[in-house]
Amino acid sequence: MTERPLITARDLSVGFKIGSGFFGKQILKAVDHVDLDIARGSFFGLVGESGSGKTTLGRALLKAVPITGGSARYGDEEVDYDLTTLSGAELRDYRKRAQLIFQDPYAALSPRMTVRDIIAEPLEVMGLTKTREETDARVREIAAKCRLNLEHLRRFPHAFSGGQRQRISIARALVSGPRFIVADESVAALDVSIQADVLNLLKQIQHDLRITFLFISHDLSVVAHTCDHVAVMYLGRLVESAPTRTLFAAPRHPYTKALFSAIPSLDPDDRGSAQKLQGEIPSPTNQPTGCKFHTRCPFAVDLCRKEEPALEHPGDGHEVACHRWRELLGQTAA
Amino acid sequence: MTALIEVENLTVQFRTDEGLVTAVDDVSFTLDKGQVMGLVGESGSGKSVTAKALMRLNARNAVYGEKSRITLHSETGPIDVLKLTSARDLKIVRGGAISMIFQEPMASFAPAITIGKQMVEQLQIHSDMSKARAKEISVEMLDRVGISDPARRFDQYAFELSGGMRQRAMIAMALSTKPKLLIADEPTTALDVTIQAQVIDLMKDLVSEFHMGIVFITHDLGVIAQTADKVSVMYLGRLIEEGPVREVIRNPKHPYTQGLIAALPKLDDLDAPLTPVAGDIPSPLERPSGCVFHTRCPQILGDICKTDLPRDRRVDPVHRVACHLHDEKTPA
Repeated sequence: MTERPLITARDLSVGFKIGSGFFGKQILKAVDHVDLDIARGSFFGLVGESGSGKTTLGRALLKAVPITGGSARYGDEEVDYDLTTLSGAELRDYRKRAQLIFQDPYAALSPRMTVRDIIAEPLEVMGLTKTREETDARVREIAAKCRLNLEHLRRFPHAFSGGQRQRISIARALVSGPRFIVADESVAALDVSIQADVLNLLKQIQHDLRITFLFISHDLSVVAHTCDHVAVMYLGRLVESAPTRTLFAAPRHPYTKALFSAIPSLDPDDRGSAQKLQGEIPSPTNQPTGCKFHTRCPFAVDLCRKEEPALEHPGDGHEVACHRWRELLGQTAA
Repeated sequence: MTALIEVENLTVQFRTDEGLVTAVDDVSFTLDKGQVMGLVGESGSGKSVTAKALMRLNARNAVYGEKSRITLHSETGPIDVLKLTSARDLKIVRGGAISMIFQEPMASFAPAITIGKQMVEQLQIHSDMSKARAKEISVEMLDRVGISDPARRFDQYAFELSGGMRQRAMIAMALSTKPKLLIADEPTTALDVTIQAQVIDLMKDLVSEFHMGIVFITHDLGVIAQTADKVSVMYLGRLIEEGPVREVIRNPKHPYTQGLIAALPKLDDLDAPLTPVAGDIPSPLERPSGCVFHTRCPQILGDICKTDLPRDRRVDPVHRVACHLHDEKTPA
């Protein structure tokens, strides 16, 4: 087989304790028994509505929230870490290898630091460089990759537009030499005309520096254009996962189909043909029994209400968790 | 078609510490009754300031141009919006004949007052109906926008509703006074696609039912294609192209509009490279001379673009563009 994936998660769960009611503590299952392999060097897309657990999953893989069940491993050319038990020096080392790019470039950058200091901070905090000269050289090298010049480095973030700020955030994430980057809605706050520019930059970085990306987004057309592989989440569960083209050409899960048809068409004469999903994603504290999507699924039958479907691996690399996907093949939701 | 609102030579500047900053520069358009106009542009293009001018909602440091005129054709005759001064007169354009819905519904409801109380309050401000009647109408409106169990929701607070519900409640509140013009400022941007589709459907139904005019502000051309009759594209305070939605999306004339459409990731061609509009939108403090788009324009003609402001040209009777590329095509 091919080389080992960079990230391997099995039965991964993340639960948060919320309040304490009459019947004891309540657990909010944000990520619920997820199996996930992220191949080295890939641009892996994770999509789903708000509340689907995609951000929590990304944070769990960065060890920014505690993993409460199952296993997750990280393995590059040099190290192999068990993310559930990682601590001490190894955890500090993992922080260099795994980085996060945030959604809002306005909130993510300190207004009181120059761009140079913002990018240099991780180097100093992690003790990656010994001298100021070394730090400066590294900052300049990374800044150039993100198309920021020396003049830019002297300024403060307020002087930059959204697209430029996002390039600063990217430079900061890159400076420690990571192998794995979680980009959480990293272009969602940007204007369309700038979005393409930042996406192209991320792709170039993936290619030039051989960095693996977990790209979290709610924008399916952006994901379709940038990712090699896409996983779809709903209410903490992974419901479908496939190579991008396969997924967009022939989605198998009714939820994925509904998501696709909800994308507003650019054709003014193609109005109202979309299949509209009724209702909203249920609250994670009060989850439906059986298949979590059954409350909104146009194809739900009794089985769906009683039994939760497992993620099937039909052998063609296109995984799906739905009782009826075989019957529904080729059928668009009515 | 009869005009609902006419905007002529609208210029809005803001007094700031850095001097007078121009947000909207000489913008003119007309919206007819029952028409949906999409107002598209990047952040900083002046689309929200233009919309807020219609309700006189811009901050106190806003300065309107001397030649600027906004005329609202109400049942009682034309109203010169920019001349309104007293709070009583302004009520007509603030929630009376014009209503607005915002991007972030959580920020638009008072958190410590029930949804119902807020709805009743605004109905009583804009009419002399009784509290009981106002409640009746509010519950009816909540029901109309697809909120289940409206009588119970009426007594709930904004935080108790989900994002989609909140947006529906805001639409219900905005429409309960039966406005002639609805301004929707990025009403679906904060919503998930499946909820966005529901809200778009709802708005389409309401347009045909109430026969309102809508100014739909968004940066999402897909949403525009699905909702609007005509589109106005703004860039750095200037209205650079306007026309019927089919024309502008299929046959854009301005290089900026062309760039915007090319920058969209398209689902039917995954091999197409993503082509950004090169460069960044300049700061409003450093407005370029001549055509405001010349610093990023891939089809720049030469000095004329840097020095001369392009005039509006009609490429056909309903499609106009402000770009020197089209200068010779229609004699002035």
